[in-house]
Amino acid sequence: MFLVSFIGKITLGILSETGRSVIFLFNTLSNGFTRPFYFKAVFIQIIRIGYNSLPVIGLTAFFTGGALALQIYVGSSRFNAESMVASIVALGITRELGPVIAGLMLAGRVSASIAAEIATMRVTEQIDALITLSTNPFKYLIFPRVIAAIITLPILVFIADIIGIMGGYVVGTMSLGFVSESYIQNTINIIENKDFISGIVKAAIFGFIVAFMGCYNGYNSTGGAQGVGQATTRAVVSASIFILAANYLLTSLVFTQ
Amino acid sequence: MTKNNMIELINIHKSFGSKIILNDLNLKIKKGSSTVVVGGSGTGKSVMLKCILGLTNPDSGTLLYKDQELNEKSRISSKFYTKIGMLFQGSALFDSLTVWENVCFGLVQGHGMQISEAKEISMKNLKKVGLDANIANLSPSELSGGMQKRVALARAIAANPEIIFFDEPTTGLDPIMADVINNLIIELVSDLGATAITITHDMASARKISDTIAMLYDGSIIWQGETNSIDSSDNDYVDQFINGRADGPIKLNIYE
Repeated sequence: MFLVSFIGKITLGILSETGRSVIFLFNTLSNGFTRPFYFKAVFIQIIRIGYNSLPVIGLTAFFTGGALALQIYVGSSRFNAESMVASIVALGITRELGPVIAGLMLAGRVSASIAAEIATMRVTEQIDALITLSTNPFKYLIFPRVIAAIITLPILVFIADIIGIMGGYVVGTMSLGFVSESYIQNTINIIENKDFISGIVKAAIFGFIVAFMGCYNGYNSTGGAQGVGQATTRAVVSASIFILAANYLLTSLVFTQ
Repeated sequence: MTKNNMIELINIHKSFGSKIILNDLNLKIKKGSSTVVVGGSGTGKSVMLKCILGLTNPDSGTLLYKDQELNEKSRISSKFYTKIGMLFQGSALFDSLTVWENVCFGLVQGHGMQISEAKEISMKNLKKVGLDANIANLSPSELSGGMQKRVALARAIAANPEIIFFDEPTTGLDPIMADVINNLIIELVSDLGATAITITHDMASARKISDTIAMLYDGSIIWQGETNSIDSSDNDYVDQFINGRADGPIKLNIYE
């Protein structure tokens, strides 16, 4: 009996959370594409989400590329296939690691920050104040963050791809003894448009997930400081899980055909 | 027939889960009046205010604004939010904006005013609430609680509203600052000719700023009358509340 009740509660919880997030998404889109538009708010968010995340994304991508080169070298040397290092680093970064690492780093940095900011606005009645000042919070707060993340994450991933490949190149040429020209040539030869574009499409979807989870959890937070903390944790955890799940789905859609 | 009411609440019910907050609440706010709704903590004062403002929806009942029904659609069609000002309990100033940007936020967003013109009005309103122009470029977090309240007051009156709502305007302030805020409320409401609706449990403030007092208890208005008649209300609940006695018909469940 307890088990049935437990399963029922979990199911109802999932259904109601899904329903609430769909309504939130509808409100975001239906309000975001109607006047007035807050271009300045979008620009500010592009700077905060994109420009301010560059050092984190760059460093993460560089070290990931370097570690990847080392690991592939160790594995491929068992089959005398060391020459594959440059190709696999390039494909691994552009197809998978670039978008996923950037998405996860932004889930930690941006999703948390959005959730904390909006949750604080909620508990200090600033969102109520926006409404009484004739300002729709979905237009002013939510949509600019979501659209800014969708725009900036592909750009960040483009940069992460380059820096990640560079990380592999630095380790490959300085530590593993590869010749610079052949490493670069192998990298260029292996990457097709499809690899690169699929990473960028993934990034746009991850950008949406990062901002949406931050906004949704922040906007629906309750209570005081504890509520803000819970909203932030939920935003990071849910954004990370959805990014990894979406990555699997998108990968299986693009590469299994 | 003109009823001369600015706001009217008719049979308003509101529950959160199994907890009934507003229970058949009826209240009339006359145009140009200053009405204070008093009541203990948790009696539903803030929920009532949120229902009027559209920040939460009543489960049943009717809200009227100038004798027209007030709901989500009519708030937009009648541009309700451009005609009101609201002073929040915790001031609710926007952290990301400076003081002057906070004051003119509604003018720019709601009324589409140019920033330069709105800034001028901001400065005038800051002066009205006794604040110096040199705080205009500060962030709200750099101000004291009393100053934040005055900035919030300047924001509430910036668009010359016809109704101003005050949520616990003196809570958390020292007695002198509370009196300064009370005086400002009286002066500003009178200057604007606005209708004022205040919720508070501060009886000194209620007596000073109102011409009508209503008492909310257990989700309903149990007494409403002129401020100077509250001491002779012949209502045991009102007597207990205004005299701040622990003994009486109002029982507090301190374990709730």
